[in-house]
Amino acid sequence: MATMTIAKAINEGLRASLTKNPKSLLMGEDIGHLGGVYRVTDGLIKEFGDDRVLDTPLAESGIVGTAIGLALRGYSPVCEIQFDGFVYPAFNQITTQLAKIHSRSLGKLTVPVVIRIPYGGGIGSIEHHSESPEALFAHTAGLRIISPSNAHDAYWMIQKAIECQDPVIFFEPKRRYWLKGEVDVENAGLSEDPFKAHVVREGTDATIVAYGPLVPVALAAANAALEDGRSVEVIDLRSISPLDFDTVEASVKKTGRLIVAHEAPTFGGIGGEIAARIGERAFLHLEAPVIRVGGFHMPYPVAKVEEDYLPDIDKILEALDRSLAY
Amino acid sequence: MGSTQLPPGTEETLAATTAAAAAPGEPVEMVQLLGPDGKLGTDPVFSDYAKRIDPEKLRVFYTDMARIRRFDQEATALQRQGELALWVPLTGQEAAQIGSGHASQSQDYIFPTYREHGVALVRNVDLAELLKQFRGVSNGGWDPRENNFHLYTLVLAAQTLHAVGYAMGIQRDQKLAATQDSTDSKAAVIAYFGDGASSEGDVHESMVFAASYNAPVVFFCQNNHWAISVPTEVQTKVPLANRAKGYGFPGIRVDGNDVIAVHAVTEWALEHAREGRGPVLIEAYTYRVGAHTTADDPTKYRESAEEAAWREKDPLERLEKYLRAEGLADEAFFDQVDADGDELAKYVRSTTHGLEVPDIREAFANVYAEQHPLIAEELAWFEEYSAGFESDEETAN
Repeated sequence: MATMTIAKAINEGLRASLTKNPKSLLMGEDIGHLGGVYRVTDGLIKEFGDDRVLDTPLAESGIVGTAIGLALRGYSPVCEIQFDGFVYPAFNQITTQLAKIHSRSLGKLTVPVVIRIPYGGGIGSIEHHSESPEALFAHTAGLRIISPSNAHDAYWMIQKAIECQDPVIFFEPKRRYWLKGEVDVENAGLSEDPFKAHVVREGTDATIVAYGPLVPVALAAANAALEDGRSVEVIDLRSISPLDFDTVEASVKKTGRLIVAHEAPTFGGIGGEIAARIGERAFLHLEAPVIRVGGFHMPYPVAKVEEDYLPDIDKILEALDRSLAY
Repeated sequence: MGSTQLPPGTEETLAATTAAAAAPGEPVEMVQLLGPDGKLGTDPVFSDYAKRIDPEKLRVFYTDMARIRRFDQEATALQRQGELALWVPLTGQEAAQIGSGHASQSQDYIFPTYREHGVALVRNVDLAELLKQFRGVSNGGWDPRENNFHLYTLVLAAQTLHAVGYAMGIQRDQKLAATQDSTDSKAAVIAYFGDGASSEGDVHESMVFAASYNAPVVFFCQNNHWAISVPTEVQTKVPLANRAKGYGFPGIRVDGNDVIAVHAVTEWALEHAREGRGPVLIEAYTYRVGAHTTADDPTKYRESAEEAAWREKDPLERLEKYLRAEGLADEAFFDQVDADGDELAKYVRSTTHGLEVPDIREAFANVYAEQHPLIAEELAWFEEYSAGFESDEETAN
């Protein structure tokens, strides 16, 4: 066991993959000598050289497009998109090309590209640096989308993403980069399957589903609810596509109430998808409508008011109260 | 095939040739060996490359150009008869495609657009496979690795970045091979695109990446003068070949209707790339004689006089003139080419009718390479739903 931050855990996970697989390589803006704007790739260029850790030209479509070509030649590229709001220039390559090549080649070609994206708000940053665009990608068949919430998962999930033969978008909760946790570098344990949800706290009165940066918030809300005598179960989704509806369904059948929290706007978001599916699967077990806690239908607001925008403990507790009132 | 050493002075001569960076409106040098009159001219650099083409090879060029033109006519007819949803004709661009395709070697990898039927022919892709996409039974029927010929890409210019990435992979393979003490044959990549696609950001980014990493890639732009209804002048104010200068690698305009010059220039460029000298941009100056696709009507946007002028520069006619004048092909040869064309047309027609409609289960099976619960769930639903109809039919019977 080792204690490390999420950023360090991803760094160690990348190091492990680069060591294991000589055809894996990293590419992105400023990821070499600087080590990335969040230092997630710190030191890797020294260890593996600039053929394996590429400081690319400043062009996101170029990064993803050339990564696709490298994958077609048998490589496993891991791209870093510097910030969530800068992924859009690569949106075409991701959705029309990367997601479809396996399908349109009738399975003859695989493109095991990983795209790392630091995402989410809460760091007081400027425009385009705090967004949560996961639903845009979840809507696209052919992509897998995962997001760790703790260091152990971060260490293992990035390696599993690189091993996966499908393209994976790896959303990194940037405001939790410095969150420390225990990492077992010998055994993946429950992290073995990156596409399964984890029940991270058991409870009987209601279920909160969250992922990435909001998992600690959901746990804190559950703790607060306990003071009022409410036993709340918390699920860390970990994977957004595929989405482990079985785990959510089992929990809801036990608790009868479901709150889904994410930073992304609720309209057209993952919470709505979960509400619909759980409605289909567990309608008669629900004591209340599924309630979503998320961003408003607005561009991510300026940093000085982001607290009003972001889901926090109070907003989740308010949703819990509404659910329990039915 | 070609020697690995460039003739002495090639780089310098080329520099002088391509340095003629014409300002807007100014003429640009164009490499031409075989003129519309069927006479073979000379070029300080590329004549040496043209000399490598023996008479048998020239007859193959002619045969392939004739075959692909015949195929194109047949596919257009099939579309008109409702057998294909759409067709993308290449007539007029045979020399650009057959010449460049033949310059590639088997280890080179080709990224086509959706009009490279001639290159597909040269790379031994079953022409019936091309028709699948346009009949709506497949999005790309062939195995790209079999002939190192990638699937057609329909989103303009996206494949130019794939080509550069692939070329970056070749560079790394060579290093890995060196450390493992094995001999990996040198390879290059050709990225095809058109004058319309040259405006796409991905072409710019691909050239930036190719230059930065000195990637072994040849950008082969067929300037066929029309992006559906918009002329090249709207896409660029300078000759497209001159754009290469801005990226720091050679750009050459070649007469795209001159199969000998296209072959010579492409062979030079591929050697340049394979030898680690970096990317090259070739602008094959040609003309789309027909419509953009069968859904298009060129009479709405261009003059028939322009089309007629380009028909005078026909790539097949000029090679026929040359072959006859030099006594390299007789009447029997041309009769045989016609007869082969008839056979090909029959083959294409019968194969198109026989193309199987796939089962949607094939689509379910290929969304992901690995297990995916949502796919399994939706497929299970579909099976149950479909089974309901089958039992209804049984009851009815």
